[in-house]
Amino acid sequence: MPELGKYAYEVMSAYAASLVLLSVLVLWTLGSSKRARETLAQAEKEAGRDG
Amino acid sequence: MPSGRYIDPMSIWSYANPVKFLTLSARVQPVLWAAALLSIGIGLAWGFFGTPDDARQGSTVKIIYLHVPAALMAINAWFMMLVASLIWLIRRHHVSALAAKAAAPVGVVMTLIALVTGAIWGQPMWGTWWAWDPRLTSFLILFLFYLGYIALWEAVEDPDTAADLTSVLCLVGSVFAVLSRYAVQFWNQGLHQGTSVPVATGGRTVADVFFYPLVLCMVGFALLFVALVFTRTSTEIRLRRAAALRARAVREV
Repeated sequence: MPELGKYAYEVMSAYAASLVLLSVLVLWTLGSSKRARETLAQAEKEAGRDG
Repeated sequence: MPSGRYIDPMSIWSYANPVKFLTLSARVQPVLWAAALLSIGIGLAWGFFGTPDDARQGSTVKIIYLHVPAALMAINAWFMMLVASLIWLIRRHHVSALAAKAAAPVGVVMTLIALVTGAIWGQPMWGTWWAWDPRLTSFLILFLFYLGYIALWEAVEDPDTAADLTSVLCLVGSVFAVLSRYAVQFWNQGLHQGTSVPVATGGRTVADVFFYPLVLCMVGFALLFVALVFTRTSTEIRLRRAAALRARAVREV
């Protein structure tokens, strides 16, 4: 761990806030992608069954 | 007899076909995600652990590896949305409208990271979390434009009308994206320093020891943006297709 001196709180806060925001964005994107695949597969299955 | 316009399969316009876009997206996504995470991981670790403190700013200089790439992508995301919106308005390609829609949440998060890290960095260096400085203010307005753009997509039920209205909003908001980038040149009474890495002039103000990990982080954030936009655009296409299938099933009942 590098010696951050008197600005340790500021530096760590900036990294924590950014990494949390980026992680939420990535997880939300991947989760939505998975759900959309399932939704489309279900809709195609229903369309095939109906028609 | 085919009535459609012939599109060269090697042309970029061929990717306006959703099926072709999904095929390309599935092929490039693993590479983009891996390259993005690797670049950001190495860049941030290099910047955080492997660079010294700055003589004037102390260890707060390490915030540059998040603040500058996020600010860069906040502005570039809007320009990508502008290009996609213009393509929608002129050529009516649905994939381009969906790509603009997909990029907005990525842009808003990048803008938020730039604002938050800027405030945290500004407090010890300027003695304040916030100032109504031209660059900070234009960035805040850009953030509000992103929120308005996303809200407008959600508020309008008809997807083509939503794409039209959000495209016009994107054109208007481009003024603030330009101001965010060049505010320090237009008005010099602000607190914010000049651009750290001016691409056009090449006259950077960052020392080599900070510059190389910074470039790696900038490349990483750009790759992450592209990976996120490919993934999110594919999601939008699938949801649009599922909605169309269900609407057709309802009509046939």
